[in-house]
Amino acid sequence: MSAISAAEKVDGFTRKSMRKAQKQRKSQGSSQYRTQTAPVELSPLPQLKDAPSTEQQELFTQKLQQCCMLFDFLDSVTDLKSKEIKRATLNELVEYVSTNRGVLVETTYPEITDMICTNIFRTLPPSDNPDFDPEEDEPTLEASWPHIQLVYEFLLRFLENPDFQPSIAKRFIDQKFVLQLLELFDSEDPRERDFLKTILHRIYGKFLGLRAFIRKQINNIFLRFIYETEHFNGVAELLEILGSIINGFALPLKAEHKQFLMKVLIPLHTAKALSLFHAQAYCVVQFLEKDPTLTEPVIRGLLKFWPKTCSQKEVMFLGEIEEILDVIEPTQFKKIQEPLFKQISRCVANPHFQVAERALYFWNNEYILSLIEENIDKVLPIMFGSLYRISKEHWNPTIVALVYNVLKTLMEMNCTLFDELTSSYKADRQREKKKEQERDELWKKLEELRLSNSGLVQNNSHKLLSVRNNNNNNNNNSSSSNNDNDNQDKSVDAAAIAADDKDPDVKDPEFSVEASESDTCAK
Amino acid sequence: MAGADGDDSLYPIAVLIDELRNEDVQLRLNSIKKLSTIALALGVERTRTELLPFLTDTIYDEDEVLLALAEQLGNFTMLVGGPEYVHCLLPPLESLATVEETVVRDKAVESLRKISQEHSPVDLEVHFEPLVKRLASGDWFTSRTSACGLFSVCYPRVSSTVKAEIRQHFRTLCSDDTPMVRRAAASKLGEFAKVLELDYVKSDIISLFTALASDEQDSVRLLAVEACVSIATLLPQEDLETLVMPTLRQAAEDKSWRVRYMVADKFSELQKAVGPEITKNDLVPAFQNLLKDCEAEVRAAAANKVKEFCENLPEDSREQIIMTHILPCVKELVSDTNQHVKSALASVIMGLSTILGKDNTIEHLLPLFLAQLKDECPEVRLNIISNLDCVNEVIGIRQLSQSLLPAIVELAEDAKWRVRLAIIEYMPLLAGQLGVEFFDEKLNTLCMAWLIDHVYAIREAATCNLMKLVEKFGAEWAQNTIVPKVLGMANDPNYLHRMTTLFCINALSEACGQDITTKQMLPVVLKMSNDQVANVRFNVAKSLQKIGPVLDSNALQSEVKPVLEKLATDTDMDVKYFAQEAISGTAAAKQIIFGILHLTALILPPNPEWTTTHLYSLGMFQVELVLVDQYKAVLGVHSLHHLTVQEGALQPRQAQAV
Repeated sequence: MSAISAAEKVDGFTRKSMRKAQKQRKSQGSSQYRTQTAPVELSPLPQLKDAPSTEQQELFTQKLQQCCMLFDFLDSVTDLKSKEIKRATLNELVEYVSTNRGVLVETTYPEITDMICTNIFRTLPPSDNPDFDPEEDEPTLEASWPHIQLVYEFLLRFLENPDFQPSIAKRFIDQKFVLQLLELFDSEDPRERDFLKTILHRIYGKFLGLRAFIRKQINNIFLRFIYETEHFNGVAELLEILGSIINGFALPLKAEHKQFLMKVLIPLHTAKALSLFHAQAYCVVQFLEKDPTLTEPVIRGLLKFWPKTCSQKEVMFLGEIEEILDVIEPTQFKKIQEPLFKQISRCVANPHFQVAERALYFWNNEYILSLIEENIDKVLPIMFGSLYRISKEHWNPTIVALVYNVLKTLMEMNCTLFDELTSSYKADRQREKKKEQERDELWKKLEELRLSNSGLVQNNSHKLLSVRNNNNNNNNNSSSSNNDNDNQDKSVDAAAIAADDKDPDVKDPEFSVEASESDTCAK
Repeated sequence: MAGADGDDSLYPIAVLIDELRNEDVQLRLNSIKKLSTIALALGVERTRTELLPFLTDTIYDEDEVLLALAEQLGNFTMLVGGPEYVHCLLPPLESLATVEETVVRDKAVESLRKISQEHSPVDLEVHFEPLVKRLASGDWFTSRTSACGLFSVCYPRVSSTVKAEIRQHFRTLCSDDTPMVRRAAASKLGEFAKVLELDYVKSDIISLFTALASDEQDSVRLLAVEACVSIATLLPQEDLETLVMPTLRQAAEDKSWRVRYMVADKFSELQKAVGPEITKNDLVPAFQNLLKDCEAEVRAAAANKVKEFCENLPEDSREQIIMTHILPCVKELVSDTNQHVKSALASVIMGLSTILGKDNTIEHLLPLFLAQLKDECPEVRLNIISNLDCVNEVIGIRQLSQSLLPAIVELAEDAKWRVRLAIIEYMPLLAGQLGVEFFDEKLNTLCMAWLIDHVYAIREAATCNLMKLVEKFGAEWAQNTIVPKVLGMANDPNYLHRMTTLFCINALSEACGQDITTKQMLPVVLKMSNDQVANVRFNVAKSLQKIGPVLDSNALQSEVKPVLEKLATDTDMDVKYFAQEAISGTAAAKQIIFGILHLTALILPPNPEWTTTHLYSLGMFQVELVLVDQYKAVLGVHSLHHLTVQEGALQPRQAQAV
């Protein structure tokens, strides 16, 4: 934002240095403390267990109210006594609701939820590090955690208490409550997200009326993440919850759920931070286990979003494809084998050996192997070109060895077809080249046509506008090739940039030819 | 376009469509980018009846291809037969406006907005407006977000019944279920308000604005702040208080820092929109609060606006407001805990001195400048130094010089080379303001030290800095202070430093004049032609070429030429090359050639043949004539004349040719 741009004017590398500095001091943030007036000093109340049972209820309420007082944790020296009293009280409250029966009477519900809302619902602070990279950087931890943790603990015990009655609680734990809870999933503090995950899961289980709403709001968060901000810290946690939700979907699947799969889960793969939540990709496989007919659209979707420049993501995609192939039905396999193996054949030929290796590992999978064998007449012609070429050209000896094995396996599956393909390989390449030439010719002719056309228009000069339009088009065409990069940046280049960003951690990158100051190897 | 009918049988649409279907994304992308060529080949009729339906039907492709398509279609009006047929473009664009990928959708909306202008009012109602309605009531959020951007372009040109419908649709979208749609609506609220009749602004827009500004999601609320600026501009002054201010006040104190940040970021615009009275009563306290906000992000945004805000205060009470309300906050920000806040402030604080005048500056601002000059963060110091000129006008720089020096020295030795680079760039300015004595005494050593920096960019900047200093202080000063040191480096054991001598000579020769160049610099350069490092030797050749114009012809003939001829027989091919380069012409003529070559290369298709032929085998004079001719054809006489006047180096006969 503005703060960073001021720094970047001077030094494009400040971000790294700042980041380093942050690692040294354990970074903490909180915007919880918002009260303009200073907190009142707390005085300790008697212990709940010492109070006579008639007064316990009243004391419980008082303690809940006491815990609504918020303190500034960024200032570690103020209100030490009050902070300690609140911590002890919270501890006591946690114990009170988890060990006693019959304490959750109807009148306490508003007090309880009030205390929880006051403490946990807050606007998350701006990240100390505007380019927070969850893979690289230490997260900013919530400064008021000593209190907030206990409040979360209390909320959890409250929900899990055997006396807990959703029918009463639903007046307080409503849509607004859930919405605020979901916003908190963006917290940088993994401890907080972990609590939130368990809590949201409990709420989903106990409040049937909120289920559809929760799913919808998670959808919205994901969509915002994919198409607007590309930033949300809690994607993995939300996916984990969804994983168990999907498990419980009734068959046949509702249109809403299918829409979620195709319009949210699959596009989620475009995120550049995919590696952070790709482990949760089992959501997709779960859908396919429920309803195999979804296989074709899912695979086509993945192929559409197949990474073009980010090899790391490509390996993840291949992993996910293998998981899908593990559960695929042979009839479904037939439907997608062509586009799928065209992609796999490109992966096998990938100069990045990890990508090639990951794709070649498919041939170690017995089930996939049996599917390939069944459809060898379709698969082999698609794969052959790449494999044959790579067996001669790939720079990495491991890959070449793997390719030989794969070729051997394929040959054993259908020897005659293999021989045919081998002998026609050269002819095929030539045919391709010829086609390429024809295409060039076609475009050349079209260009000429266009030139003569605009000439005609000019000569006739009946419409000035159209001349201008032609010129516009010319400009567009010539400039469009330059714009290529711009177009790609959203999905593809962003990842590459992120990868580049990691390198210059070493002190101060210099432009000059410093390596040798000696006179001999100057150039 | 009429000619197309005769030829197009050659290129049946099937072939073209085959191209658009090609398996290779790159080829599909290429064909889409040449869609106008295809359309031209087909002619308007077949473009309408065959190509567009095909495009509409097959929109399921890579987003890249779709993006290119969306862009192309925005320029397609003439290719489908002009404005009367422009509505043919709507179906494919409508589908594109519903896809998931934001980039594609935005481009489709942009194209739709563009072609909406080409619709006749009737077509707009018959074709365009129904499309907007369909999008606005689409099932999936993408089409509804796209619709938000289309209301304002059709509203002014439709009948009043349709207008009412459009308003209704916009209202619905402002309270849409999906936050993405509400965000889209909120971001277009200001734009839509501008095309509405004032009565509707008051009745419709204000209520929508209020609702969006209190949305449950802060990402929606903050967009309402942006809309606030346009809405406040539209309303008459007397309505602002009741219609806008309650919401604005609430936004300035929103519990989400993002909203407050937005208010701070848009503060100058808001200030202008609400006028001086409200500024005095409401915005001043609000601004104070933002400067004291608990989030650094917000404080930094507000600090950035300090100067602009003060400048735009009503003149009668400006000084009083600044002194009593703003300055106390500014004083606190100088020692803020967050460096971004401090550096944001440092980048504008100097501007206050012109507003407050000499006495206030000395009494109140100067201590702050001095404190910031000692700040631990280099950006803060740099921002202060880079704005010194503002203070110079008011109180002169002398007041600061005592604190300035340590700050400059420290920045000059900063570990980050970009910081060093930044401070070098301010040297000429500082030198001019501090005067030659101060400079000689305190800063000269720094400037020389940069010449042997281990980063090339710094050495290069240091060279350029010397040139500017000489321009300021004159040749005599150069001869006494700089030149001996520079020439001394020619004997350095490090070849990089020896080369720096050459670079300095390149830069300084012109400013120092013929005498110094011939007597002092040339001997050193000539001596260096025997250097054992080839890099140094070919840089000697380059330098000789460069300083050639400054030397008299006698020195050129008797001293330079033999050395260059020797270098032209060097064992190293690069040395040879540059020596021959230098021999084949005087540097001045060369410069023009390169200038022209550069320009023509930009305009004409590259033609290496004539470039090389003319450069190497023809005499320079002829080359120029040819080039001038070329150039004339390309740019026209007028601009060529302009160039020659600028260069001022063409011989009379060449000028005549022009």
